[in-house]
Amino acid sequence: MTAISLTVNGKVVSGNVEDRTLLVHFLRDHLNLTGTHVGCDTSQCGACVVHVDGRAVKSCTTLVGQVDGASVTTIEGLSHGDELHPMQAAFRDNHGLQCGYCTPGMIMSAVDIVQRHGGKLDEATVRHELEGNICRCTGYHNIVKSVLDAAGRMNTAQAAE
Amino acid sequence: MGVEGIGASVLRKEDRRFTTGKGRYVDDIKLQGMTHAHFVRSPHGHAKVKGIDSSAALKMPGVVAVLTGQQIVDDKVGNLICGWAVHSKDGTPMKMGAWPAMAPEVVRFVGQAVAVVIAETKNQARDAAEAVQVDYEELPAVTNVKAAIAAGAPQLHPEAPNNIVYDWELGDQAATNDAFAKAANVVKMDLVNNRLAPNAMEPRAAIAQYDEAEEHFTLYTTSQNPHVARLVLSAFYNIAPEHKLRVIAPDVGGGFGSKIFIYPEEMVALWASKKVNRPVKWTGDRTEAFLTDAHGRDHVSHAEMAFDKDNKILGLRVKTHANFGAYMSLFSSSVPTYLYATLLSGQYNIPAIYAEVMGVYTNTSPVDAYRGAGRPEASYLIERMMETSARQLKVDPAELRRKNFVTVFPHQTPVIMAYDIGDFNASLDAALKSIDYAGFPARKAKAKAEGKLRGIGFSCYIEACGIAPSKAVGSLGAGVGLWESAEIRVNPVGTIEVLTGSHSHGQGHETTFCQLVAERLGVPVSQVSIVHGDTDKVQFGMGTYGSRSLAVGGSAIVKALEKVEAKAKKIAAYQLEASESDIVIENGEFKVTGTDKSIALPMVALAAYTAHNLPDGMEPGLKESAFYDPSNFTFPAGTYICEIEVDAGTGKTEFVNFVAADDFGRLINPMIVEGQVHGGLTQGIGQALLEGAVYDDNGQLITASFMDYAMPRADDVPSYKLQHTTTLCPGNPLGVKGCGEAGAIGASAAVINAITDAIGNNSLEMPATPDRVWHAIQART
Repeated sequence: MTAISLTVNGKVVSGNVEDRTLLVHFLRDHLNLTGTHVGCDTSQCGACVVHVDGRAVKSCTTLVGQVDGASVTTIEGLSHGDELHPMQAAFRDNHGLQCGYCTPGMIMSAVDIVQRHGGKLDEATVRHELEGNICRCTGYHNIVKSVLDAAGRMNTAQAAE
Repeated sequence: MGVEGIGASVLRKEDRRFTTGKGRYVDDIKLQGMTHAHFVRSPHGHAKVKGIDSSAALKMPGVVAVLTGQQIVDDKVGNLICGWAVHSKDGTPMKMGAWPAMAPEVVRFVGQAVAVVIAETKNQARDAAEAVQVDYEELPAVTNVKAAIAAGAPQLHPEAPNNIVYDWELGDQAATNDAFAKAANVVKMDLVNNRLAPNAMEPRAAIAQYDEAEEHFTLYTTSQNPHVARLVLSAFYNIAPEHKLRVIAPDVGGGFGSKIFIYPEEMVALWASKKVNRPVKWTGDRTEAFLTDAHGRDHVSHAEMAFDKDNKILGLRVKTHANFGAYMSLFSSSVPTYLYATLLSGQYNIPAIYAEVMGVYTNTSPVDAYRGAGRPEASYLIERMMETSARQLKVDPAELRRKNFVTVFPHQTPVIMAYDIGDFNASLDAALKSIDYAGFPARKAKAKAEGKLRGIGFSCYIEACGIAPSKAVGSLGAGVGLWESAEIRVNPVGTIEVLTGSHSHGQGHETTFCQLVAERLGVPVSQVSIVHGDTDKVQFGMGTYGSRSLAVGGSAIVKALEKVEAKAKKIAAYQLEASESDIVIENGEFKVTGTDKSIALPMVALAAYTAHNLPDGMEPGLKESAFYDPSNFTFPAGTYICEIEVDAGTGKTEFVNFVAADDFGRLINPMIVEGQVHGGLTQGIGQALLEGAVYDDNGQLITASFMDYAMPRADDVPSYKLQHTTTLCPGNPLGVKGCGEAGAIGASAAVINAITDAIGNNSLEMPATPDRVWHAIQART
């Protein structure tokens, strides 16, 4: 067993976990944060993406022990109260989701993409960057639209700050 | 239309919970005292189970029980069934081998369960499953259909000699032979429709709970049709009578057909929950999904098409071998027969068709309906044939199609289907314009100058959806009726609940169905809730597949709404002291036409429930239900055109443009419809370029993870250009046809036709990987 302490969505959480506990299982089973999903066993599909210290990470291939002391943000921690994060709003407004299963990971990856590329995103870059997130429903058309739309909204919001 | 009525792209009501991580999928649910199941699965494609030693596993930490196939047989849990009876040419019924939920004696595919470990935690169950010792005696395996029917092939089931489930036919053989005898030209092709793994992003999962006091089971499951699951679990698997079994399908993360079927895992979870008297949860991992979710397609076909001297089609002959895998899954028998051969007329006038289909057992995962189910295989065959024929006859592929289009409706094909309506020229014209077909030769020449091979490919698909008229499918062997039910509950405060037997697992019913209510009663969609996916709430329903939810389920809602409207108008007229025939509904108000007298829906509803002032003899309340059974299938159709560029040096293909012109009849929510098309197209492109479930000769699935099975990713596919043409479906009150499967049905032929056009070699199998394309370039004559 390993004692761990980390910040999840702004709250400090700690506990004793089996050494082999993956971050995704810690979030889902210990913290009941079930928005982060498992879609594969091989770190391919990205349904499990969360932010660790501001960077997109696949929580299905991260031991929770590896993020001891880190700050983790999950899909549940992205919005400000009732106000959706611009990426969440863009996915809704552009019909960027259908069954919703890949959506949390897709949104967390997309936020990271926009943060890394700033205002220089184009369709080809978004498609290339989404390589690590699989969606079976949307055919990506509206996901790409959502990310580009959100990039505009996030950059506008940043400029206003 | 109102702002939220029919035709409005209303944003989805379900999206707030999905974008904020508040969706509630089966694996998100925890019950008090819940245990976890992990299955012990066969590593062999074909083997005898000589013994199972659970003693070491039972001593592992947290283990509650280890249960085996023999125990489930001893407890008289029923074998899995196939619900559609298909007969061979000689009139004999299909030959089916027994499929117990866990194998007691023989395993016939890699991944088949032989035992299950129930433990306190998921990891403990997984660890202990490793410690279960199974003594197997390996048997020779066969995975390929042609090899399976060859002399001396390993035999899977004693009930099915030579591994043949059925040898079925459709159409008029003599008339077809006559057509070929008269032909000026005959075009022949061999075609393989590659096996696919459905891969909904949410793996299948089940939680079973037994209530000893009530002798009642609850099953939470990833199902597209919870009522069908309850029916089958009760009537055939002896789990519990229907009134003692509640099936709940909460948020479900995609289905694509794979979650229609009732699988061994939910049967075992239910059975085990009573045995251990605690809730049992099973959540599959991705490799289990690859091994045990029913696969799709897997046809090997030979086709011949006869033309007269004017290039009019005279006849079509098709012989198909369909791989069923090791067992007959729930609707498997219907897929390569009544959902396939009945669509072989395509969009064309073909006077004579004869199709033969042989269904074959192999040591592979069971094969059943996957997005399109039979219709993609038919569409691929016909559209490859048309393109190849155009090349051989040296005519324009668009014009060859146009010359042979059905233009007069209704049109009775020689293979059962009666097309009710369509305008195939309109969708072809829309697609040709959208892709600028006239400019293609110049673009091709320019690409050539830059060292690239450019090609264009067509696919004019048709599908039979709105599944299905109960009497018709009953006469063809279906074990169920395929109607749908709806109930409208107007609450005393005027909010509305719509209970539907359809199930949404990404299709957006919570929005589209509300729009039907908004259109009819003028209430905002925020005042309407859709209730689905729970057999305790919705009385009965047949679920969602075959692009049926709107055409059949939506029509049931409309029928129930008509009854609600009629009663509400009576009440309003009584309250307003007016004649019922003078009442009109405007923006949620019941108005006396030509006056300023009106009463709002909530006041009508309140009057219905207080019952203080109702017309004499009227029952209180405002709640109506309806069952809708369609009179015919619906026939969505359209044209897809794909323009691609091939790098001759590497065989890599790149999309230049992909246009889709679909006729789905009336669109309720165009935004959602377009999303369905995007997703379908991507699955069709996935089949054409990337995906293939591949077995080695021993029955090992060598593509059992996302590392090995190429799912379409964002940079594999283009942005799409969509067009809509419209002929309203005459068969249902909404005029809708269904849009869920079209993309997957039509896209693959367009892609392969484009690549073969570019490289100048018609011989190219799916998935057209760079390796295969490169070799096809080298092999061209």
